[in-house]
Amino acid sequence: MKKNWPLWEVFVRSKNGLEHRHFGSLHAPDAEMAIKNARDVYTRRKEGVSIWVVESKYIKASNPDNNAEMFDPADDKAYRHPTFYDLPDDVEHM
Amino acid sequence: MTKQNLIHYIYGIADNALILGQRLSELCGHGPTLETDIALTNIALDLLGQTRSYYQYISNLTTDGSTEDDVAFLRKERQYRNVLLVEQPNTDFAYIIVRQYFYDVFHYMLLQELQLSKDVNLTAIADKSIKEVGYHQQFSGDWVKRLGDGTSESHDKTQQAVNDLWVFTEELFHLSNEDKIVVDSGHGINPKSFKDQYFNKISTLLEDATIKVPESKYFQKGGKDGIHSEHMGYILAEMQYMQRTYPDMKW
Repeated sequence: MKKNWPLWEVFVRSKNGLEHRHFGSLHAPDAEMAIKNARDVYTRRKEGVSIWVVESKYIKASNPDNNAEMFDPADDKAYRHPTFYDLPDDVEHM
Repeated sequence: MTKQNLIHYIYGIADNALILGQRLSELCGHGPTLETDIALTNIALDLLGQTRSYYQYISNLTTDGSTEDDVAFLRKERQYRNVLLVEQPNTDFAYIIVRQYFYDVFHYMLLQELQLSKDVNLTAIADKSIKEVGYHQQFSGDWVKRLGDGTSESHDKTQQAVNDLWVFTEELFHLSNEDKIVVDSGHGINPKSFKDQYFNKISTLLEDATIKVPESKYFQKGGKDGIHSEHMGYILAEMQYMQRTYPDMKW
């Protein structure tokens, strides 16, 4: 399937003030078309106010073989999460 | 201007959206890629949504109790007023895109004018639809450029589609005598006011797309007077089947 269009990862900001989040991926011949396709595939029901796309090949992923070194040391360090503070009600999106 | 004149005029706009929407929905699940399939189906849905607004308005204007479903599904071929362009078949992707582009540019200019109509229902529908159509026009225009200026195969197929569909462009600007009454009353709009602008716009884009603009001055018309091409009967047979077989059926 070499003739397939390249794969793109799509990030959508659902509303102003929130960050872009990964929504999924799609095929497109170039970035401009990737944004249009993303509009049709992911944001037609008012899901977003902004779209980013990046070609999937530019994403460098961590190697699952290294998961032990990468992630396990954090297992017993719950204190690294700032969950011990009381947040005022007015702080949204935390 | 009578109510009948106005209803006749609205069919001249709404039936284009209905038949093109029906044509595009044939492609649901058959688009060349998943992404274009979704895009074309979205456009079909937009058009059918707009059609409903017009037909609901017609249903309010009629005194015989016709519903929007009745006017959509229970008319005879000769009573549909869509142009020949929108009933042309989905021959290949180039045809689909060129047909769409020829219609979208017209549709956008029509809605711009319709926003100035004296009829508040029509201006409301135009206001609501124009953003959708702005996107349709971007989508199809973008694809005409990509296909025309793409590979030699996509270029040739696009040129072929343009050559074949060109003959149907002029009819978009045709007005029946009844239409003229509605235009004169200020409720309808005269598409001839943007005819030059239309042909300039599509010619410029075709040239950008390295497509030769046909020089033929021969154009076909008939759809707006109810005289349709051989494709129309098949479209209606498929579209009306459920309502004809199970009258007044509900989902």
